[in-house]
Amino acid sequence: MTENFDYSLIDWSRAQFALTAMYHWVFVPLTLGLGFIVAIMESIYVKTGDPAWKRITKFWMTIFGINFAIGVATGIILEFEFGTNWSNYSWFVGDIFGAPLAIEGIMAFFIESTFIAVMFFGWDKVNKKFHLLSTWLVAFGANLSALWILVANAWMQMPVGMKFNPDTARNEMHNFWDVLLSPMAVSKFTHTISSSYLLASIVVIGISAWFLLKKRHLVFAKRSIVLAAVFGLVTSLFTILTGDYSAKVIAKHQPMKFAAFEGLSVGQRGAPLVALGIVSSSPDDPNNENVKDFAFKIEIPNFLSYMAFQDFDAFIPGVKDLMEGNEEHGIMPAAEKIVRGRLAINALAQYKEAKKAGNEVQQAEAKQILDENFQYFGYGYFENNPQGLIPSLPLTFYSFHIMVMLGFWFLVFFALILLLVYKNRISTSRFWLRIAILNIPLAYIASQSGWITAEMGRQPWVIQDLMPTMAAVSKLDSNAVVVTFVLFALIFTTLLIAELKIMFRQIKNGPKAGGN
Amino acid sequence: MFETFTILTLQQYWWVIISVLASLLVFLMFVQGGQTLIYTLGKTDTEQSMIVNTLGRKWELTFTTLVTFGGAFFASFPLFYSTSFGGAYWVWMAILFAFIIQAISYEYRSKPNNFLGKRTFEIFLFANGALATILIGTAVGTFFNGSMFSVDKMNLTQLYDPAISRWETPFHGLEAVLNPHNVALGLAVFFLARILGILYIVNSVKSEEIFKRAQKQMIYNAVPFLVFFLYFVIALLLKDGFAYSPGTGEVFMEHYKYLHNFIQMPLVLVIFLAGVVLVLAGIALFLFKKSIKAIWLAGPGTVFAVLALFLVAGLNNTAFYPSTFNLQHSLTIENSSSSHYTLTAMSYVSLFVPVVIAYIYWAWKSINNKPIEASDLNEDQTHVY
Repeated sequence: MTENFDYSLIDWSRAQFALTAMYHWVFVPLTLGLGFIVAIMESIYVKTGDPAWKRITKFWMTIFGINFAIGVATGIILEFEFGTNWSNYSWFVGDIFGAPLAIEGIMAFFIESTFIAVMFFGWDKVNKKFHLLSTWLVAFGANLSALWILVANAWMQMPVGMKFNPDTARNEMHNFWDVLLSPMAVSKFTHTISSSYLLASIVVIGISAWFLLKKRHLVFAKRSIVLAAVFGLVTSLFTILTGDYSAKVIAKHQPMKFAAFEGLSVGQRGAPLVALGIVSSSPDDPNNENVKDFAFKIEIPNFLSYMAFQDFDAFIPGVKDLMEGNEEHGIMPAAEKIVRGRLAINALAQYKEAKKAGNEVQQAEAKQILDENFQYFGYGYFENNPQGLIPSLPLTFYSFHIMVMLGFWFLVFFALILLLVYKNRISTSRFWLRIAILNIPLAYIASQSGWITAEMGRQPWVIQDLMPTMAAVSKLDSNAVVVTFVLFALIFTTLLIAELKIMFRQIKNGPKAGGN
Repeated sequence: MFETFTILTLQQYWWVIISVLASLLVFLMFVQGGQTLIYTLGKTDTEQSMIVNTLGRKWELTFTTLVTFGGAFFASFPLFYSTSFGGAYWVWMAILFAFIIQAISYEYRSKPNNFLGKRTFEIFLFANGALATILIGTAVGTFFNGSMFSVDKMNLTQLYDPAISRWETPFHGLEAVLNPHNVALGLAVFFLARILGILYIVNSVKSEEIFKRAQKQMIYNAVPFLVFFLYFVIALLLKDGFAYSPGTGEVFMEHYKYLHNFIQMPLVLVIFLAGVVLVLAGIALFLFKKSIKAIWLAGPGTVFAVLALFLVAGLNNTAFYPSTFNLQHSLTIENSSSSHYTLTAMSYVSLFVPVVIAYIYWAWKSINNKPIEASDLNEDQTHVY
């Protein structure tokens, strides 16, 4: 029997998933947001009949198309990667997880792919209203596909609506609506799409600012800025609200991740929110009292407790509490969870043997032990490596704080831009126009940080508490995964360069070449 | 409605849906076939651009059908998804790479400053057209010939080695090309896709020159198609197949299993024969009557023939994904499916499929009712690839 997990395989498989998912996410948020922005622009054109708005719509539609194509290219791999690289996962939860993926295809992708053709090829072939409807349907389809894939992701973070079936050795769906409407799914979907609208607004403002700085296409640029700033202001408020809601759901259902957000080693009542901080070099040794969590930090007293539980005095468990247990607050030590997880895994084996032998009494006994301990099933794989239960604190802490700080900054920025527009000083405020361009990479950093927070913070789980990455991975030679990792890196990077070059040229050409 | 069905009925229903999606996918691979003919049918820049643009208006339908096929297979038969994709790693990865490079090629091909140059994107299209058809066909060939894998769900309880599905050769799918029967199906799909590509292009591009070349190309592709297809079908009918006992699920080899399946499911046989006749009639109509409407025979013919082959692979107590490593580990629609609840829920979702087909038809009819001409490639008028 093998003595240890093949960590090289696990790490490369994770690296490949991270690489492909992050590349995909470079393109998706712009598609989600720009789809609606373009639809709003076209609505104004249809309403007013003003050809200038048609030009504006067509320019942004060209940008949308360039970005959309590479989003599709990088997206197909993600669906199939669950099978190719995470085959155990695909069986263990495929009964639940496969459904949203299939629904995404049937309900959302066909809407997108059909009506995007009308959107691009139908200008002179269908009437204005049908064309407008198609543009709205493309935006709607893209967001609908986001709904289903985020429902699937949320379910991994908070598995609900299912029951483990020892006969098939997998989890089976019992309630579709619980899966669809879980608080995690609601928070994940609303936060992800609103932050994507925000990103698209930043991109539109940034590109338009460049035109203003170059003193080209002034009407086009100003109109685009006003529209995007209003859209951005509203959606950034919504992003903050949904982010706050997300934090509450995570505090309740993924306490380890929540502790990692804040780099909280030791739990406390009235926990402060770290507004800014530098994580100390060895923060994850909860046994050493002399080790500091932070080399430097600025805190807002009691605010973390309030954020999580609407109570300034609430207890927030730290990594130490979650690992060593905290009787006062009813937190089970990790060691005990590991024992229980092992019990569940062994009970599953015994259940199968008893069934084979036709021993119903033993079978029932084993089933009972399994049922009682199933919620800790995944912990059973950590017998020799309990420290593996702790996610990377610095990475989670920094990505979380970068995301939050940038989110608030964007709210201020949108308000500022609108103020400048109101005072009729937008085209002359060169400083702020330059800031607007610099904001574009910041928006992408914020968006990627959000996913790093969500996905690194939940490590080591692919399915919270039930299946760790080690138990989910396909049995492959790690060299095979290295090869595909390198191929993905090369191809996606090449395609990204092509995309950016084309995009920059189209922007340089301006609205006339992008549409007539 | 679906709640009252037995699990077996739902499993059969879903196998039929998977088969329908697969058959539509093969039909829609006229896009892939067409992509391998850009230089053979089009000699001038304009001709090539016309071909690329007419294919470019349909590529996403094929792509989306593939993605939906994958999702539907995952949702209905997850054990296939985990076993085949995680095991035959190289084949599926090669197919995926072939589709990744397709997805950007249309949009970026003629855009200024596109980094790789027009020619590279056209090579990407060619590579996608050849690889995707041959590899998907070869992979489906293993449905009839088996692969070297094992499945043991109890591996989950082994602490350091919990993989349920294991590929039992180090080649991870590449070994499928060593079986001529698999490869024959791959090549048959490739040439069929080219035939469909030719028929689609002559139907949607207005050009005398292209039409003349298409006539010649049809012969070059129809002959090898017939050779590989006939070899595949005859060998299929004569070979032993992977059967299982309905009660115990025990898998065993049965002489002439697939021939028996055709005989025991006469409707499937009728569908298959109708499909073959329609494809041949389409080819003949184009060659001898010079009709540009032949795609409307060969297209549905392809759907029928592929549908029948998939039904023969999975229904009538046949293991659709056989293991030659251990017969008893073969996947059947009964031992690899989702639960009754999930199949029921997904069956309700499947009712959307006709709606989807209806709006696709309606949307396309509204923008694409006449063939493409050279004058349609004016960038000021419309979106051009």
